Formats: sequence, C-alpha cells, structure tokens
Amino acid sequence: MKRIILSLVVTMLCLVPAMASAAGKVVSVSQFVEHPALDAVLKGAQDYFKDNNLDVTFNVHNAQANMATTVQIAAQIQGEQPDLVIAIATPSAQACAQKIQGTPILATAVTDHVGAGLVKSLEHPGGNVSGTSDMLPVARQLDLIREFHPELKSLGVIYNSGEANSVTLVKMLKAACDAAGIKLEEATVLNSAGIYQAAKSLVGRTEAVYLPTDNTVISALESVVKVCRQNKLPLYAADNDSVERGTIAALAFDYYKLGYQTGAMAKRILFDGADVSAMPVESLQELSLHVNMKAAEAMGVTVPESVLSRAEKVIK
Amino acid sequence: MTWYAFYGALEQGFVYGLLVLGVYLTFRVLDFPDLTVDGSLPLGAAVSSVAITAGVNPFVSLLMAMGAGFLAGMVTGILNTKFRILHLLASILTMIALYSINIRIMGKPNLTLLGADTVLDSVAGFGLPPHMSAPLLFACFCAVAVALLVWFLHTELGLTLLATGDNAQMITAQGVNTHSVIIFGVGLSNALAALSGALVAQNQGAADVNMGVGTIVAGLASVIVGETLFGCRTVARAMIAAILGSVAYRLAIALALGLKLGSFSFTPSDLNLITAILVIAALVSPQLKSRFRK
Repeated sequence: MKRIILSLVVTMLCLVPAMASAAGKVVSVSQFVEHPALDAVLKGAQDYFKDNNLDVTFNVHNAQANMATTVQIAAQIQGEQPDLVIAIATPSAQACAQKIQGTPILATAVTDHVGAGLVKSLEHPGGNVSGTSDMLPVARQLDLIREFHPELKSLGVIYNSGEANSVTLVKMLKAACDAAGIKLEEATVLNSAGIYQAAKSLVGRTEAVYLPTDNTVISALESVVKVCRQNKLPLYAADNDSVERGTIAALAFDYYKLGYQTGAMAKRILFDGADVSAMPVESLQELSLHVNMKAAEAMGVTVPESVLSRAEKVIK
Repeated sequence: MTWYAFYGALEQGFVYGLLVLGVYLTFRVLDFPDLTVDGSLPLGAAVSSVAITAGVNPFVSLLMAMGAGFLAGMVTGILNTKFRILHLLASILTMIALYSINIRIMGKPNLTLLGADTVLDSVAGFGLPPHMSAPLLFACFCAVAVALLVWFLHTELGLTLLATGDNAQMITAQGVNTHSVIIFGVGLSNALAALSGALVAQNQGAADVNMGVGTIVAGLASVIVGETLFGCRTVARAMIAAILGSVAYRLAIALALGLKLGSFSFTPSDLNLITAILVIAALVSPQLKSRFRK
C-alpha cells in the first residue's frame, strides 16, 4: 500500500514540470466534439494565420462531447498560458468563460452568445469573451422554402430538444412561421435512433420539412432523406453539406468561413492590440445557395428558375 | 502536466467524488446497479441553477438539489421493490424520464450561471487563487460527506442497509422490511449524485441537460480504480478509496489531454482511448504485481 502511494506521488511529481515556452503567439483551442462543421471552424481559423504568414502555435484539445472534460481542458489551457483561447461550441465556451480570466476568449460556433451567458450584449461584450455566432438567417431560409412552395400552409421541423442551439433556432422559426401564417409542426428526438420515426410522424401532417443545424439530426440525415423520398415530402436543410447528402436546397453559410473570420478577430487581438471586451460578436452575412436537382426530382418538386439562376452550386 | 491541469484534475475528482460515493452506496453496499445517476446528476444541476437564478442562496440551492435527487432515487427504488421492475430497467426508466423533466425545470436545455453567485464565491475571500480554492472546497464537501456516511452506516438503519446488500433473505427473516431500506438507500445515493451535479454546474458555469451522459461509467470506473489502488477492507476506507479513485480517474484524463510522445503524436480524438488504457493499466497493475511476486 505504502509503495503504491509512494509510486503515485513520484509519478505525479514527474508530470508536473512546466510547459516549454514557444516562440511567437500561442493559441489554445477547446473544441467540444469532432464534427464536420466544428472541424471546419478550426481549420478556417488555423488557415487564416497560415495564409497571412503569422507565427502562431496551436494547442488543440477536444472534449469528445463530455462536459466534465471541458472543465479539465479549461484547466489544461490555463497551464499552457496562451495569448488567446478559441472555444468551439457552447459547452466548451461556457467552461472556458467560467474558468479562464484575464486571457481573451473567442467563442465560435455558438448560436446565442447572450443566452449562453458568454457576453453582456452582442455589441459590447464587456468581459474577456467575444467571438463569432453561427446564428442562422432563419427568416431568409423560410423565404427560400416559400419560393419553392408559394402556397405553403404547414412546415415540419425535426430537432433534438436537448440541444440549446436548436431550441433557440426553432423558437425563431416559429416566430417567422407565425408571421407568414404557416403552421409549424415540431418533431423532437432524443438521439439519432429516434430520427426515422420522427420523420415518419411528419408524413401527411406537413407539406415540407426543414432541418436546422442540429448535431443529432444532421448526423443521421440519411434516414430523413429516405422517408422524404418515399413519401414525396420536400426536405430542406440549413447547411450546404446536407444538400450534398440529399436535401433539395439550402441557403447557408460556410463553417470554414466562420472559422476564418474568427481567425481574423484573433489576429486583431494578438497582433494589433485590439481589446476583446470592446469587440462586438460577429456573424457571417455572406450566404451561399446550393441546390440538389436529383433530390428535388425524387421528392416531386420543380426548382423555380429564380432559385436556379441564383444558385452558387447545382448538384445534378 | 502543469500545476493548473493538476489542480483541475483534483477539482473534478473531488466534485465528482460525491457522485462516486453515491455509486459506491448502490453498487457495492446495496448491490443495486443504478443508472438513475445519469439523470439525477443533471437534475441536481437544473434545480440548483434555477434556484440560484431565482435568487436563492447557492448553499440552500444545494439542499434543494439533494431533495430532488432523493425523490428521483426513491422513484427508482419504488419501481424496483413495489412494482417488481428489474433494478437496471427501473433505473433506466427514471433516467430517461428525468431528461424531459430536467428540460421542464430549466425551461430550456442549457441554463447559464456565468456571472451568478455560487458556493465558490464563499471561498474567494481566503486569498487563494480560484484554481486552488475550488479543489479545496470540494475536498471539504467530500470529507464531510464521508464522515456523515461513516457515522450513518454505524447507526441501526445504516447497519440494516449494509446487511440488506449482503444478505437480503437474512434481513427479511429478522423482520425488517427490505423494501423501505432499498428505497431509502437508492434515494440517498441519488441525493449525493444531485449534490455533485449542482456543484458541477456552479463550477463549470452552466447546467446542461446532456451533462449526465456517461456519468455512471465515470462513477463505476472511479469506484473500481479506487478499490484496486487503495483497498476496501473497511467501509470508511472503501469510501475514501472511492473518492481517491475519482481523483485518479480525472488525473488519467488530464494526463491523456497533455500527452505528447516524441515523433508519434496523439490526436485530440484519441482522448477516450488513452483514458481507457490508463484506467485499465490501473486496474491490471496490482494483479501483475502479485503475479510477479510469486
């Protein structure tokens, strides 16, 4: 017993030596989970520094979707004493904001910075946290769906009611639908296993289905596509990646560009002496329209000429 | 590993140590594998956060969280004893029900506590930096919990609880109603899980409905690692071992997060694998050692 304790103590002491200091600036990253969109954000931020030949070392940590680990990563980052922290997705951002004082934090891929308690207001963050928001232009996306279906009376939406970002988006969608006189039918899921059934529950109840950028639903998108093809139920997404995977169209922004923009904010703090507390939370205004002709045909929809002429990418 | 990461691991080890005590109570003492904790940990977080946002004192919110956790555990216990639902299934049913209930309590899936008063503010005045005062505070919570549990397990009710897990038939023959003992025991365990969850939320700045995922895995791993590394001959020692096991488990994660080995580099996605390997190493090493001695 004594020997075990002794050996434990010795191992711990060996682990303690401080980090070697790196030349240039150090950026520590706390990412919540590996996920195409979140990975693209990280890549975008890293590429910004590469493209501008800036000497920045990245320490990347990933919590593997575990909340307890996000707090430990925050402690890890404190020890690395970076010049700046990039936190990707809401839980990681909250853990960093709670634990790390004095170091600027850019929270990205967060939908609602104010609701998550990260900043006091979008225009004047006030603390050591700012960042970029992935708030979707829900109203403009609804307009796109109405361009396909001018007579739309009911719209279905599938999302995980446990995802804070999705709940915020659906609340906004509901408001937009109410204003347009459209009935919104909600189907919620707990995990990816329930998605097939949730999609089926919308058949016959709605004229079209819209999917927000919900991690759970998008990870099992194919089962929704299958149900919609079988029942000629038009399916629209909120991200361009999903168009590739079988939804009819999306008016969306690119997560890579969101990361790139975050990189630009980081540069202003690291190299131009900008004060994070005075930097408003930014969002992407530039949207790109992708259309999938095969999916449209399979779901019995003709793509309006006005949409086709604007599309940045058409999948045939 | 830096000092910050080391203190961070201690902090997580102690704050989840309360949960591990609860898991020890059900899993080892009552012989009742209880998955309710995956729901009662966020339940405690939800109750405490809602209370704090409504202006309740953070310490009082802990008591409210414990009360809610106790009720959740009682539901599992009643489903198991009175309605004869298999313990595993009974606890899963309560767990999934709690998912919806937790969203109801918070009104949304994520409730922030950033900027609100928490129990951590009470130790901020002692001059220690936050990364040191938090583990100290949570260690105190664990010490008090162990002391109270040791005292409790030597009372008549506590001894009945121990005996129920060991030999339910004998205890029934003594004329004791095992049902109420099990209901109370599972309730107590989940009160501890909810207390742990409330402190976790106050510590990490938000309560989130998904924060309970995998709680039972971490709890069981901690109990077993603790037993292997620190022994379990008496109840008091087993409980201290459980908390140290929780610390060891979090140290393993901290180690995995900071691991860099020469030319072969791990990627962040290897974290779960490395953690599993480190825990397995802790479990296997005493057996290997005794084999070498022979």
